[in-house]
Amino acid sequence: MAEIHLNKVHKSYGEDEVLHGIDWHIRDGEFVVIVGPSGCGKSTLLRMIAGLESITQGEISIGERVVNDLEPAERDIAMVFQNYALYPHMSVYNNMAYGLKIRGLPKDEIERRVKQTAEILEIGDYLKRSPRQLSGGQRQRVAMGRAIVREPSVFLFDEPLSNLDAKLRVQMRLEIKKLQQRLGITSVYVTHDQVEAMTLGHRLMVLNGGHVEQLGTPIELYERPATKFVAGFIGSPSMNFLDANISESGKSIEFSGGNALDIPQSLSSQANRRLTIGMRPEHLRVDESKSQTTAHTVHVVEHLGADTLVHGSFGNGGSDLTVRLNGIRTIDEGEVLPLAIDPKNIHLFDPESGKRINS
Amino acid sequence: MLKRVHFGSSWLPFALVAPQIIITVVFFIWPASQALYQSLLVEDAFGLSSEFVWFDNFIELFGDEHYLGAFQRTIFFSFSVAFLSMSFALTLAAMADRVIKGATTYRTFLIWPYAVAPVVSGALWVFMFDPTLGIFTYTLGALGYEWNHKLNGGEAMFLVIVASAWKQVAYNFLFFLAAMQSIPKSLIEAAAIDGAGPTRRFFSIILPLISPTTFFLMVINVVFAFFETFGIVHAVTQGGPAKATEILVYKVFNDGFIGLDLGGSAAQSVILMLIVISLTVIQFRYVEKRVEY
Repeated sequence: MAEIHLNKVHKSYGEDEVLHGIDWHIRDGEFVVIVGPSGCGKSTLLRMIAGLESITQGEISIGERVVNDLEPAERDIAMVFQNYALYPHMSVYNNMAYGLKIRGLPKDEIERRVKQTAEILEIGDYLKRSPRQLSGGQRQRVAMGRAIVREPSVFLFDEPLSNLDAKLRVQMRLEIKKLQQRLGITSVYVTHDQVEAMTLGHRLMVLNGGHVEQLGTPIELYERPATKFVAGFIGSPSMNFLDANISESGKSIEFSGGNALDIPQSLSSQANRRLTIGMRPEHLRVDESKSQTTAHTVHVVEHLGADTLVHGSFGNGGSDLTVRLNGIRTIDEGEVLPLAIDPKNIHLFDPESGKRINS
Repeated sequence: MLKRVHFGSSWLPFALVAPQIIITVVFFIWPASQALYQSLLVEDAFGLSSEFVWFDNFIELFGDEHYLGAFQRTIFFSFSVAFLSMSFALTLAAMADRVIKGATTYRTFLIWPYAVAPVVSGALWVFMFDPTLGIFTYTLGALGYEWNHKLNGGEAMFLVIVASAWKQVAYNFLFFLAAMQSIPKSLIEAAAIDGAGPTRRFFSIILPLISPTTFFLMVINVVFAFFETFGIVHAVTQGGPAKATEILVYKVFNDGFIGLDLGGSAAQSVILMLIVISLTVIQFRYVEKRVEY
């Protein structure tokens, strides 16, 4: 059990700074996810918490201790690697017992703990096998077992599901979540998959280019993305972005095609200004009443069963726009749909800085 | 899908393998069969006549205590060379594996001794340990130890072992380093998180994972020490003093070309041939065992 403090953490490789001052307080027992595109520095940050990378500047503490100068072994952490990193020359049992043996635990205690953990993860039947005789999902469980059996105060996960097929990934995701709830151990999970991030984390950190874009719960990130980057990253299919102007009165948004959309709060301070407007595909609907509508020319329709995705172009400007409609719809390519959106679901961003404008 | 290549004409495949077959026949099959035939003959002292004696040469060899002595000496020599050069190479590789800055330069320097011919390696060491003008002899003398491998058989043996091992370190180093670098980094990291220090990681993770390479090098080194150290022995001690460094391959030369016992010498080389064949068989059977990560 421990909380983790990141205090102005920087990382550079030579001249090249990859993390630009990360601050975060992870509470005891919390499951947090660091998410971002590849190369954003998320794995580096996790490896710095683990002690596998040095900390260029700033401070990381686990529990009450500053761990900057501690070896990984002294930090009381366990890590699950992307490729599982099971010791190929040891049986499953020995893989799990390795850390305990090093700690010098008595033999019967080791056996008790390994058996118990194996039971939790349902790998009790494989203890005598070697890792190469196991399937991907089973290896994944062994890797988790090796982490759990040591009863660490922090779990670190480095994209642990990315080597599994789609179906197994969903199943293991649920199991990791259940397991974390049951054990209540502080966990930090790194992924590039926003669905994994949304489903697993109590709180998320969205990293981009070594900067924190936003911190918050999955719902906060979804409902009120702080930047255009977060807005585009969270949610699937991703948010539609269109260029628009705020009218002179500050009460409506004017698109290039002459269409306009009323907004609930007046933005008179921003009047006559260009901005980027964001609309989630699931918030757009077909409006038969034709009040406050905009034309959408359909190009491609994707039927997913539960939903129908309609890709097309919007207005005269021809910007691409995706709409997600519930259930099965019969829509033809080339059709023109009248679209509407509830003004409270509109996100406004500054086109230069990408920062959110409306509150 | 066809896994093998199929040829339309019948002569082309033969033409393609012919150079290889010719080389094998001329440089291996023919001399080997000559040795086999020779080993069944006894020649008179002037080389004017020879007599077919079946396996008398072999029977005589195994009754000869000089030969059996040379056999024991060779086993001691081979395993000493293998052990010394491999453990030294392993230490260097383990250190090189951790080096990041200047790794290429370091590796290049370590590979150089492999380009040195055995005779030259022997010559280098014999210079350094020369009883009258060697720098090591001088240093040892200053420390109060009188070195003279021309009189002391143990010292002579030590010198040929060191000279042979030195020659082999570079080769072993290269293989050990490659094996270590093929171990995924995350395995080492996982062990570090599990609480294993560098020494423990080396013995419980790295060493078991490179064991196929260790086995391969073991065979290669023994074969080297058995057969390719002639040049070193010839340059350093000529088998002396008092045959203290006369290993099997040197005895073949000594008995055949100095002692002119062609039959006995041929019989010895046939035995050496059997040893190398069996080592190769072991090698091929077990080297296939690979570790999967």
